[in-house]
Amino acid sequence: MLLRLAERVGYVERSTRNYFNMNALITWLDDRTGLKKLMHEALYENIPGGSRWRYVWGSTLIFTFSVQMITGVFLAMAYAPSTTTAWESVYHIQHHMQFGWLVRGLHHFSAQAMTVLLALHLMQVIIDGAYRAPREVNFWLGLILMQIVLGLGLTGYLLPWDQKGFYATQVSTEIMGAAPVIGPQSQIVAQGGPQYGHHTLTRFFTMHVMVLPALMIAFLVLHIAVFRRHGITVPDPDRAPNATFWPDQVLKDAVACLAILSTVLALTIWKGAELSAPADPSEPFSAARPEWYFLFLFQFLRFEWVEHVTKGPAFGAIYAPGALMALVVAMPIIGRWRAGHVFNVCAIFALMLGIAGLTGLALYNDSRDPDFLASVNEAHRDGERIRELAERPAGIPIEGAISLMRSDPKTQGPRIFARNCAPCHRFDGHDGTGREIVKIVKKGDGTEERIVEKPTATDLGNFGSPEWIKAIITDFKGTFAALENVKDKDNPNAVAESSKHFLEGEMASWSTSHAQRWRVKENEPALSDLVAFLYSQGQRPGAAGMPDEASKRGRQIFETGKLPVGDFESNCLDCHSLQPIGEDKLLGEVGAGPSLTNYAGDRWLREFLQNPGHEKFYGSSNAMPAFGERLTEKELDLLVRWMVGNND
Amino acid sequence: MSLPHPELNHDGPPGEPRRGFLTQILAAGIGLLVGAVPAVSGLAFFLDPLLRTKKGSGGDGFLKMPVALDALEINGEPQLVKVIMDKVDAWNTYLQQPVGAVFLRRTDKDKIVAFNSRCPHLGCAVDYKSAEKHYYCPCHTSTFALDGTQQNKIPPRDLDSLDVEIRNGTEVWLKFQNFRATTPDKIPVAST
Repeated sequence: MLLRLAERVGYVERSTRNYFNMNALITWLDDRTGLKKLMHEALYENIPGGSRWRYVWGSTLIFTFSVQMITGVFLAMAYAPSTTTAWESVYHIQHHMQFGWLVRGLHHFSAQAMTVLLALHLMQVIIDGAYRAPREVNFWLGLILMQIVLGLGLTGYLLPWDQKGFYATQVSTEIMGAAPVIGPQSQIVAQGGPQYGHHTLTRFFTMHVMVLPALMIAFLVLHIAVFRRHGITVPDPDRAPNATFWPDQVLKDAVACLAILSTVLALTIWKGAELSAPADPSEPFSAARPEWYFLFLFQFLRFEWVEHVTKGPAFGAIYAPGALMALVVAMPIIGRWRAGHVFNVCAIFALMLGIAGLTGLALYNDSRDPDFLASVNEAHRDGERIRELAERPAGIPIEGAISLMRSDPKTQGPRIFARNCAPCHRFDGHDGTGREIVKIVKKGDGTEERIVEKPTATDLGNFGSPEWIKAIITDFKGTFAALENVKDKDNPNAVAESSKHFLEGEMASWSTSHAQRWRVKENEPALSDLVAFLYSQGQRPGAAGMPDEASKRGRQIFETGKLPVGDFESNCLDCHSLQPIGEDKLLGEVGAGPSLTNYAGDRWLREFLQNPGHEKFYGSSNAMPAFGERLTEKELDLLVRWMVGNND
Repeated sequence: MSLPHPELNHDGPPGEPRRGFLTQILAAGIGLLVGAVPAVSGLAFFLDPLLRTKKGSGGDGFLKMPVALDALEINGEPQLVKVIMDKVDAWNTYLQQPVGAVFLRRTDKDKIVAFNSRCPHLGCAVDYKSAEKHYYCPCHTSTFALDGTQQNKIPPRDLDSLDVEIRNGTEVWLKFQNFRATTPDKIPVAST
């Protein structure tokens, strides 16, 4: 219809075969806009010596920037910059919105691709001497663009407001604060306050989506305009016939872009853009590292001599990189002389080699640092756990996802254990969070050695489980063997008295003297019944649904001490007391051995931790500190719930 | 971008035009492809509200209103009552939030009539004018009679009536729904 209309008013010439006449429309448009000339200039730029793969870098950068613009605009439509919504909205994008993972993945990995391409483009320009007169200004424009891209990477890293981005970006703003003269002020301005908060996000977001992209586009226009003015730098104009940008070079550029896009897509699909647990300023995050392309700076700042130059990070993070940047800026001037150009090429290779070396060193150091690896594991665990919590029917509370983490026994329990229990106990050999307890010993030759500290109390990895109860009954001494590591104050070779109470106490000798009975085959079911009874008393979530019959039979044995082969010499109730679930009467008497009412269950453990020296627990033979005063009520609650397996 | 450009092929060797054409097709094709991937992914993401599959809310959809049957006088004035329910907004679930308001009017001992207070014209909140005994929309002067029928030509339909039930003798239960404005028919709008 439009075509007919156009024909009628005479804008489109009626062709003999009466189909759309493209040329006429273009002529019409060209008369009014100068389109043809513009297209011609854009597409038919002369390339002396023909199209080449080495010219693709600039175009790939424009391509990746376009990908960032497109995906960025869409992501911004779903992102909410505030401390209680940033992580939450990114989570929603990643896990709930259609193709959110794909758009975020493209944005995340294209950003990294852009940094790599930037380095390649810079090297290409320097090797080809494309910075020489009259192209110096354009070289400097390119360097400004490079700063903008790095700025985009830095500001974007914080926006998900996860532990990783939060702690890594904090290092950057602290560095800013270490700058001379106006450092502290500029840090406060950048953060929107003395500490990170809502305004840190609104400021970083505005920088990331408005200020820096606007600057980027402005400088990109200048960069391309000046590039077109001087034309491409051709090292060898006679190697092939001349060609034009369209279609020869465009095809090579497009293929290069396709390769980059495929890589980015592959990373998105196989690896995915990570979202670690929500940022928590009160929770140290030892796995914090900057994005990999800033790792070289991170590593540089770890050398002691770097820190000593200016008594702070200013040298390593500002002066030294600034001086190197100044060298790159000066390259067009140095490159006026032949030797100067050679120097520049050597310098850029040395610089890239240095960056690669420092990055490699940082990765190598991290790969053999058990504390870092444990932190990374913990970060992954937290990242998975927050997903479980956020997917519960109640969803994410308005206070933010961090409140889910802070009130989660499975997350907080191990940390409370590590701080309070791990100095003596272990949890499956570690401190609860997956870290070994070690001490670093300096050896004579100056090297350090990590020595795993011996526990001085039982490993509680399976505390309260049927296996634990069975071990206490059948191998009490073995279960508490770690107590042997507590030495007498006056005699370092002798076991402390407090430990002997356990290791040579009544329960230990009962366990030893009855060991033979448990080896009799006929007694095996009796043992498992007894264990089932005691385990059921703890009312742990794990005991729900276990057969009642076994624990009923177990109770008989507990009360009477009768076994199929050889009865108990002394019964459990001779020393222990127990008030069975749902009954009013206490079996046995409180006193000699620990109370077994709700043994290893929520109530038992809570009361025990508050005061293990209470007469109903260890009484006078207790050597464990009381945690009633040391832990807050909430900490005690989280620790106990985690230890009894009640994580919901 | 894929415009044929005859001048280009003039000075090339005889084999050139065909090769040039192939190059053009490939360059344009791959160029479009690499541009389409982010654009189409982004667009699909943008259309999430349309593509999203809705979760069933469970239950019969009736809510217990915070008003007892006896508080409503038989053939008295309509009472404006807030509707309180859980509201899901993207990643948050807000428990017990006011999500709208309804006019409740008891017409008999065991009969209540309920209207959504949103005007079917353009969604403003309708008032009840006791002097004129009619509902009145302050935005574009739609008026409705006590039984909800439209009294002028401004709204496209009558006030939107809602299902009400009296349960356990005194409880007022309501099935709250919003409807699209501007249409002559009552078309429900998804709640989340």
